[in-house]
Amino acid sequence: MHSFFDTGKNPKLAWTGLALIVVTLLVLPWALASMGTAWVRITNIAILYVFLALGLNIVVGFAGLLDLGYIAFYAVGAYVYALLASPHFNLHLPFWLILPIGAGIACMFGVLLGAPTLKLRGDYLAIVTLGFGEIIRIFLNNLSQPINITNGPQGIYMIDPFRIGDFNFARRETILGLDFTGPIKYYYFFLVVMVIIIVINLRLQDSRIGRAWEAIREDEVAARAMGINTRNIKLLAFAMGASFGGVAGGMFSAIQGFISPESFVLVESVMVLAMVVLGGMGNIWGVILGAVLLSFVPEVLRYTVTPVQEALFGRTLLDPEVIRMLLFGLALVLMMLFRPAGILPSAVRKRELETPAKP
Amino acid sequence: MSTLALLVAKGITKRFGGVQALSDVGFTINHGEIYGLIGPNGAGKTSLFNVLTGIYLPDGGEFTFDGDPLSNLKPNDVAARGIARTFQNIRLFGNLSALENVMIGRHVRTNAGVWGAISRNAGARAEEAAIHKRAYELIDYVGVAKRANSLAKHLAYGDQRRLEIARALATEPKLLALDEPAAGMNATETASLKRLLEDIRRDGTTILLIEHDMKLVMSICDRVLVLDYGKKIAEGSASAVQNDPKVIAAYLGGEVTLNLKGTT
Repeated sequence: MHSFFDTGKNPKLAWTGLALIVVTLLVLPWALASMGTAWVRITNIAILYVFLALGLNIVVGFAGLLDLGYIAFYAVGAYVYALLASPHFNLHLPFWLILPIGAGIACMFGVLLGAPTLKLRGDYLAIVTLGFGEIIRIFLNNLSQPINITNGPQGIYMIDPFRIGDFNFARRETILGLDFTGPIKYYYFFLVVMVIIIVINLRLQDSRIGRAWEAIREDEVAARAMGINTRNIKLLAFAMGASFGGVAGGMFSAIQGFISPESFVLVESVMVLAMVVLGGMGNIWGVILGAVLLSFVPEVLRYTVTPVQEALFGRTLLDPEVIRMLLFGLALVLMMLFRPAGILPSAVRKRELETPAKP
Repeated sequence: MSTLALLVAKGITKRFGGVQALSDVGFTINHGEIYGLIGPNGAGKTSLFNVLTGIYLPDGGEFTFDGDPLSNLKPNDVAARGIARTFQNIRLFGNLSALENVMIGRHVRTNAGVWGAISRNAGARAEEAAIHKRAYELIDYVGVAKRANSLAKHLAYGDQRRLEIARALATEPKLLALDEPAAGMNATETASLKRLLEDIRRDGTTILLIEHDMKLVMSICDRVLVLDYGKKIAEGSASAVQNDPKVIAAYLGGEVTLNLKGTT
């Protein structure tokens, strides 16, 4: 991933590009807020999807382990936060304590899923992980008896927002003459976490561990013969991927204030996988782009399908919800037909064109 | 070195259902040797490789490597002990660059973990630089340096074979096990492969070589082991094995066996 922000080759262009992106990201919530606070919320959810897609990318993109139950880790993170910061158990721990706990517990669940599936690959692994995702959801649905842990299908409500001392992320207030709504505060916080997560991912990919993941993806037998302990390295991929999901889940709980098992259905896993595949498996920037596109496009369609129909035909012919998913599906099919490797294919495919390295 | 022997195999036996792939195979490879392993197709050469490198568990027998038993270790532990191999049907990491393939070979001799990767502390950076340097040296050593940044799958066939050797050498093996490295090569490529193998031996690595190219085997191997139907039928210097009637019979067929048995 040196073509982006490569300060060595073309420093002026790279720094200008970087500065432009930073400024855009800083100004973005104010521009969106002028269209309605809903758009800032949508952006926050999009950032959470970026976290999820990056986490899943470690498992699917780097290590090549097809995981169809990834949303389970999101659910684990979300419920850990909800249980430790809501009136349900009357616990109100601070978020900076719960997020690491959530990541840790999700990480444990990652190992729990990884351990029995070490010998499985491809279709077989996909089926088992799919089952795992459903098991977690069904547990959340039914763990209201005999002891009420998850409150079943009713879900958990009145979940605490993020708070540091008196600073409450959900409260609207004016700072330095600017009107900060709750979603805007969260946006900036998420942005910081996103930068950290992207840096972690970039560094992991270009490391001894990242190469070992890619070796397993390419040829597991050869990887083992080269001395890679495939068991540990695969478990590490599951654990790392899951902990990112756990962090994202905690944040989801906090911004929503309410969660129920309904938020963690199979379609969500499929959606995150689609983001990874569409963006370009194994390429961090591609995966981010995939996540942003797939979270925004349906929302944009939601607001445009009806007005466009009225302008064209004078009335609404098709139900917006139906046509939205139809267009969305069509876009996915076309994407896969014309760019099967994703919007931004993995960097290794481009390296062929570059000049050989000097020792 | 306390003893001359690097690898001692005793009574290696392997069955697949009713097929006796290896029965009671024993041999000794000395330090610094190029040891040939030949036999007709299906004789059990690759099975022996797979048992040696931990891909299959043997049904009987054991290996002693460098003085210690090599009992039922996993392939990655075998590599850590100092046996590296290549594959008959090349198994490179196709979608990674040639250089990255060799860098992965360094995995087993390096330690940076998740924290090192994320923090990029001084130790991890130094190790990463050393991995890169060593991988480049090795890729240059086998003569594929020009294609260092190409995807492994885009390399020419002969270069892929050489790259696989570089990747195996990156694990710092005491014993390099090569499964038909000259398969599919033309005479020129085979000649340069021969020079490479001689260099590797000169630089201190013992070689176990499965090969069908008899000219190569006979000109380079110090000793040769001949397998047929999973049994050891001959062992000795290249010339001695070449003239062994049992070996000729194994290669030329059953009728000859009957005639020759009468004469020996």
